[in-house]
Amino acid sequence: MLASLIAFFITSAARLLTGARALWLGSTAQAVQRIYYANHSSHGDFVLLWASLPAELRKRTRPVAGSDYWMKGALRSFLIQRVFNGVLVDRQRSEPSSNPLQAMLDALEQGDSLIVFPEGTRNMEDGLLPFKSGLYHMAKARPDVEVIPVWIANLNRVMPKGRALPLPLLCTLSFGAPLGLDEEEGKDAFLERARNALLALALEEV
Amino acid sequence: MDRNTLLLFAGIGGLLLLASLIGWLLKYRAGPGPQPVIDNLNARINAWWVMVLVIGFAFLFGYTGVVVLFYCVSFYALREFMTLTPTRRSDYPALVAAFYFALPMQYLLIGIGWYGLFAIFIPVYLFLLLPILSSLGGDTTRFLERTSKVQWGLMIAVYCISSVPALLTLEIAGYEGRNLLLIAWLVIVVQISDVLQYVCGKLAGKHKIAPKLSPSKTVEGFFGGVALATLIGASLYWITPFAFWQAGLFALLVCLLGFAGGLVMSAIKRDRGVKDWGHMIEGHGGMLDRLDSVCFAAPVFFHMVRYWWG
Repeated sequence: MLASLIAFFITSAARLLTGARALWLGSTAQAVQRIYYANHSSHGDFVLLWASLPAELRKRTRPVAGSDYWMKGALRSFLIQRVFNGVLVDRQRSEPSSNPLQAMLDALEQGDSLIVFPEGTRNMEDGLLPFKSGLYHMAKARPDVEVIPVWIANLNRVMPKGRALPLPLLCTLSFGAPLGLDEEEGKDAFLERARNALLALALEEV
Repeated sequence: MDRNTLLLFAGIGGLLLLASLIGWLLKYRAGPGPQPVIDNLNARINAWWVMVLVIGFAFLFGYTGVVVLFYCVSFYALREFMTLTPTRRSDYPALVAAFYFALPMQYLLIGIGWYGLFAIFIPVYLFLLLPILSSLGGDTTRFLERTSKVQWGLMIAVYCISSVPALLTLEIAGYEGRNLLLIAWLVIVVQISDVLQYVCGKLAGKHKIAPKLSPSKTVEGFFGGVALATLIGASLYWITPFAFWQAGLFALLVCLLGFAGGLVMSAIKRDRGVKDWGHMIEGHGGMLDRLDSVCFAAPVFFHMVRYWWG
């Protein structure tokens, strides 16, 4: 109850602050199991992406977050676990034997959609960092799940790193066409294609 | 509301009813399926209904209602402007000052009617404060360009738009308590000039007037729209403190400024590679697309009325 009230408050605030205009350019807002992957420049990225989905999709869509950041402190862990229903991954690999992908694959197994940031960390420059390989492994393990690029424009200006007060600038989220993994395609080729598909959306904005 | 205000809103309501009827007839005659021009026309008419209702609602609350309304209008306009103008990370303090200090302060000053400060607050104090704030980050890349953009956005979206509610601060002999009508007159004349330029252009437009800046504007639309709007402005002299001929001259002035404002704002949009400032008003684009003409007409109108009548 409290968690869903907070979720409602946060998504409303995010939409009010940024306008959060969702452009479905290559896909539509359907309740299909998906992996949304986006550029990462601000802590608000997944909140905004999550907020811009229609409510029925949002219920089954879970952000993937680094446990090193989100499990610090009671408030953060309450937010990520109860409010956002996030999938926590161990970015540091504290136990070498554990597979950091397992939590995500489990969530997909339950029928949930995911929000991932394949750059792995927040990018302070223009463009995109090289992608981590997790996206490829998930696409290979679950070819039935749509992989959809989402370019989030302007949020890095709304909440610049290290600043507390957000600026009320308008943000646009461009949802592209599903990628699909070719039979023969290797890891590097797929990641390169995914990265280019996301960059192409950046040019289409406005 | 007094009789004149009610009469005015009844007149606008009648005009919109007529517009909706024409729009509906055009759509009916064209048959089913999408008709870009007609659909856009109907979207525009529907948006006009909403805009007139919002303004009417604000008028019900008098002075405060109008100041709050234009505060919101300025906020949305400033947000559209800053979204489209690239700034750098070091401009953050200047942008915070623009949104959270300059904007509320300007409307507070208008709310308390402190002319001596609201007339120079942004052009003098913010003009100096913004580059100081931007310089703190130590980033010199395109420094002059960046600070100019923030200052320009504040001037257009806050200072110029706030000249509309500033009309309420004027004390005009023999016109006490009726200043809301002066706002209504200005907004009606400027907006109807835009509408009539669009209509005349669509009906008779052949020669482009500024092909590079604004390809949809035509010579025929310009002359027809401005002439008709001037006539309407003059014949509405009974809601203003002006005589018929004075109202006519003022109407001509604000129509010409409004037209020029549309061209200037269009030049900025084209330079940034977009067609509209935003998407908040269906069929019109953003707040600034609807208000570009008011931005240029309002300050000059305010200061001239104040000089001769205030």
